[in-house]
Amino acid sequence: MRTTRYGALAMAAAAALALSACGGGGGEEGAEEGGGGEAAAESVRIGIKFDQPGLGFDEGGSYSGFDVDVAKYVAGELGYSEDQIEWVEAPSANRENLLSNEQVDMIFATYSITDTRKETVDFAGPYFIAGQDLLVPVDSDITGPEDLDGRNLCSVTGSTSAQRVKDEFAEGVNLIEQPGYAECVSLMGGGQIDAVTTDDIILAGLAAQEANQGQFKVVGNPFSEERYGVGLTKGSELCSDINAAIEKMIEEGAWEEALANNLEGVDYEPNAELNPPTPEDCA
Amino acid sequence: MDSFLSLFEQYDVAAAFWVNIQLTFWAAIWSLLLGTLLALFRISPIASLQWFGATYVNIFRNTPLTIIIAFGVLALFGQLSVSLSSDFNLNFFRLAILGLSLYHAAFVCEAIRSGVNTVPLGQAEAARAIGLSFLPAARLVILPQAFRGAIAPLGNVLIALTKNSTVAAAGSVAESAGLMKTMIEFRSDMVIPIFFTFAFGFVLIVIPIGLLTTWASKKLAVSR
Repeated sequence: MRTTRYGALAMAAAAALALSACGGGGGEEGAEEGGGGEAAAESVRIGIKFDQPGLGFDEGGSYSGFDVDVAKYVAGELGYSEDQIEWVEAPSANRENLLSNEQVDMIFATYSITDTRKETVDFAGPYFIAGQDLLVPVDSDITGPEDLDGRNLCSVTGSTSAQRVKDEFAEGVNLIEQPGYAECVSLMGGGQIDAVTTDDIILAGLAAQEANQGQFKVVGNPFSEERYGVGLTKGSELCSDINAAIEKMIEEGAWEEALANNLEGVDYEPNAELNPPTPEDCA
Repeated sequence: MDSFLSLFEQYDVAAAFWVNIQLTFWAAIWSLLLGTLLALFRISPIASLQWFGATYVNIFRNTPLTIIIAFGVLALFGQLSVSLSSDFNLNFFRLAILGLSLYHAAFVCEAIRSGVNTVPLGQAEAARAIGLSFLPAARLVILPQAFRGAIAPLGNVLIALTKNSTVAAAGSVAESAGLMKTMIEFRSDMVIPIFFTFAFGFVLIVIPIGLLTTWASKKLAVSR
């Protein structure tokens, strides 16, 4: 008899826990609804990468990187102080879902503006124009994607740039796919692969990491144009305010400063013809 | 609906699942061989072999499969230059089979050991009474009965292995989990249909395995 009573008690406790867990998520939703121009809401939820050094990187509770700096600036212009920002991890495959379920207000996560994506989300910006490029050991003789025939090229599962190299530049390239860029860089450190490919600024961020400093270089021969935008919920009203903030950031020189701070010690110049970019008109 | 169907023209979903089936097939064979050997070690009268079997099972059963697969690529291939094939992609395929086999052998071993426990002690005593030593007794008397008692748990291991073959994506094998990631990256407008396509694909593969092993375990059970 006694045991059944305890059992029922445990069940009730578990049920209450489960319910409160759901309730917590629902409760927060109300807070962000007024996120218009003049900081009506208490906080803003910004999606960033947590695992990309130089862009969005979780350093044990504090966040660093170019994406993070731009996000802080834009949030500041929208009237949010830094402690009102709630950082949310936005892995590549999850970005559209985070926005359409309104789990974040903005996403700054190496988010290229594409037509397919525009069908489900809105974009402000671009705030940076990257290009797919190669990261190679400093003493490598590779100068561009054409040199990769018969060599081993590493990228992340589901990324575009490795396939583009194979299709357009070097048919005989060996592709290896890894869960993250850190694994690729570690393989290159071991000498088994000749190059890593993705957007140049991501590569520069990897090369700038303390453990990798002086070992790798960005080739500087970009073969695509990736326009990094600010991901917004479809129909969001924030777009024009964010664009104004980005323009102001570029004008004030804070944009350049953020770029330089985050990629210190790497031989990398963003494509000067395209950067700094002018934000597009909001739809 | 049209845009959903266009996904299948753009991406070869069936080929990706075929890679998973191949991974499962080879890893099932190797893990069954290795797992049977380990089970023999664990029921053998030699203490050092028992210790080895138990240690192997405890180490591999408690190590996440992702780490084993990543070890294959980052350590075996990356640092030690181990090559199981001169073909670049086949090498990763074989490394993934190696990782899957080593991991699931621990579970196969335990499944067979549970089968051994269904064999009454009298069978082993009778085998010894007619003069069979350990290996002939195991081969002729214990294991045939043990396998028939272990079909259901072995089926569970096979089902787990089928789904775990997606972890091979971490080892640079172009299989379904990797393709799903690629498709989500390019077709962000179809995330949920893509997800359900792959979930449904696995249901389609796993349900027959479940039905078959349940049927076989009833059909082949030793009636006592």
